[in-house]
Amino acid sequence: MNVHEFQAKSLFAQFGVPVPRGKEVKTPLQAEKWAKELNSPVYVVKAQIHAGGRGKAGGVKITKSQTDVPGLAKELIGKTLVTHQTGPKGRKVRRLLIEEGAGIAKELYLSLLVDRDTGWPVVIASTEGGMEIEEVAAHTPEKIIKEMIDPAVGFQGYNGRNVAFALGLNTIEPAVINPFVQMLGNLYKLFMDKNAAMVEINPLVVTTDKKLIALDGKVSFDDNSLFKHSDVQAMRDLNEEEPLEIEAMANNLNYVKLDGNIGCMVNGAGLAMATMDVIKLAGSEPANFLDVGGGATKETVAAGFRILLKDKNVKGIFINIFGGIVRCERIAHGVIEAAKEVKITVPLVVRLQGTNAEEGRKLLKDSGLKLDVADDLWEAAQKIVGMTGKKRSKPAAAAGGHS
Amino acid sequence: MSILVNKNTRVVVQGITGKEGSFHATQCKAYGTQVVAGVTPGKAGQEVEGIPVFNTVHDAVKKTQCDTSLIFVPPPFAADAILEAADAGVKLVICITEGIPVNDMVRVKRALHGRPVRLIGPNCPGVITVDEAKIGIMPGFIHKKGVVGVVSRSGTLTYEAVHQLSTLGLGETTCVGIGGDPVNGTSFVDVLPLFEQDSETKAIVMIGEIGGDAEEKAAEFIKKNIRKPVVSFIAGITAPPGRRMGHAGAIISGGKGTASEKMKALEAAGVRVCKNPAEIGTTVKTALGR
Repeated sequence: MNVHEFQAKSLFAQFGVPVPRGKEVKTPLQAEKWAKELNSPVYVVKAQIHAGGRGKAGGVKITKSQTDVPGLAKELIGKTLVTHQTGPKGRKVRRLLIEEGAGIAKELYLSLLVDRDTGWPVVIASTEGGMEIEEVAAHTPEKIIKEMIDPAVGFQGYNGRNVAFALGLNTIEPAVINPFVQMLGNLYKLFMDKNAAMVEINPLVVTTDKKLIALDGKVSFDDNSLFKHSDVQAMRDLNEEEPLEIEAMANNLNYVKLDGNIGCMVNGAGLAMATMDVIKLAGSEPANFLDVGGGATKETVAAGFRILLKDKNVKGIFINIFGGIVRCERIAHGVIEAAKEVKITVPLVVRLQGTNAEEGRKLLKDSGLKLDVADDLWEAAQKIVGMTGKKRSKPAAAAGGHS
Repeated sequence: MSILVNKNTRVVVQGITGKEGSFHATQCKAYGTQVVAGVTPGKAGQEVEGIPVFNTVHDAVKKTQCDTSLIFVPPPFAADAILEAADAGVKLVICITEGIPVNDMVRVKRALHGRPVRLIGPNCPGVITVDEAKIGIMPGFIHKKGVVGVVSRSGTLTYEAVHQLSTLGLGETTCVGIGGDPVNGTSFVDVLPLFEQDSETKAIVMIGEIGGDAEEKAAEFIKKNIRKPVVSFIAGITAPPGRRMGHAGAIISGGKGTASEKMKALEAAGVRVCKNPAEIGTTVKTALGR
């Protein structure tokens, strides 16, 4: 789960990671009031959306004039920002963060996440602050600093000093070394206590008056740990999520919307991905990822149909079930019952394999429903693609995850 | 021969009185697995399908000499259950539970480090040695005794591959689900050498997916250490970056962990990579010259 910059920064402040004075506003009037209270030589007005690249897309405005702030707020609120992470549709701006500006002497990069190889938390730092870390890693990997934190004992002072000296803080500004070590310890505490999947400060700024400040901030949380933190759950902004994905979640379905034409409904995440891949191999593009899980029932199949059919791009549906513990004849009953409730307006291919597959296929064939039944994966994929035409949609745009 | 589990493996099921636990304990037992004990705190003295229930894993080990644990405990309590099994001296822990907090697994992995215990999973279908022991949730009947070792990050996709191998008459030795979580107990590189050493296994199927670099690490390992033919499929060539595809670990982040990168690394290591998941079985057949 992702949160907005202003929410990330309020967590930073709570854990003792220094941030600029700032506040979330939703109207130009609130912006005007807050600007007066802030009374700073420089004001930064930042659009709050769950996507990176806001600056380049015109979502960040800087002014020295307090009277300009409400106008800038008016310009940004309601505007749709298109960045390299939002996809072509962009994201509508509903909230702003207005904060004081900072005198920048040096920009750094800092983040914390779990290293998948070792299973240890790792600090990633770089002197190339303000740039995308992926770019730095790709072009100048020697500028990436990594410090593993032993989870048995947690963050230690030496971890902080290792990073501080590797960053060259002793030459950049020796006065910030100790505050840096302390801040990194606090960031680690935030990371562990709140079960974050990642915390990122980019840039972390050494100011002209020799202070450290998190000028931008991003926190994402481990979905498996949300049950531990009602305060984090309360930060969820459903405006930033795909409506069909919200509906799927409410039905305990795992759904990710994509840009192709063939809707798919599959049991199991790996098989669901493989089904998407086989649709592409057959010459089309998947409209979604949908895992109905191990306990697929009539209700889940019906909910799956409703969600797939709400996607206007869907020109055909491919159901791929490998029956294990779930018996295929029960899935077949589910499809038949669901098809009575939900009017299916596009071609449908059902592939059943595994436990009681033959029985399931016979039930479907005898049901009088307009659908094709298959037993082989490749045969089924070719069938559904053949029925809907080999039109290639645009390549899927990068979505989600703001960095 | 086989790897990890066989007909002598003595299994304790943690969470045996729950819906999932009791159902699958019964299924495993029906397959022929020696399910000798169950654990649910506070329910000692009960039985599930003739399997005695104990309060603690320590008690189960003392009374039944069980050496392998199968865990169906809900996510908030699963880390505790894994550590309890390790503490009781169980040498193989297979955790089926999906949705364990990542930080819990960080602590568990650190605590198990250097101890004589292997964790498989979590968020996996388990391990099956065909016709000997089924310790997990996979459907037993799709398996057929044969010559192919299977190791996979996925559940139903593994069943798909197994179905193809069985249908073609190749059959399997042992199938290991290592699970779809970002922090897990056992990786491809832990399982591959076991298959290399197993005299019955003639070929290996490795099923990966987007996210992390376990497949790249496996490619490096295969190049140096594996002489048996390896066939691989990597799921998620169509998955967009930044989106989690069901499994907690299946995400392309920071441009890393794409299917095409993994396929390239594996091909460079001499692995036969299938683009089409429907061709896993036939590719193995060709690799074995049958």
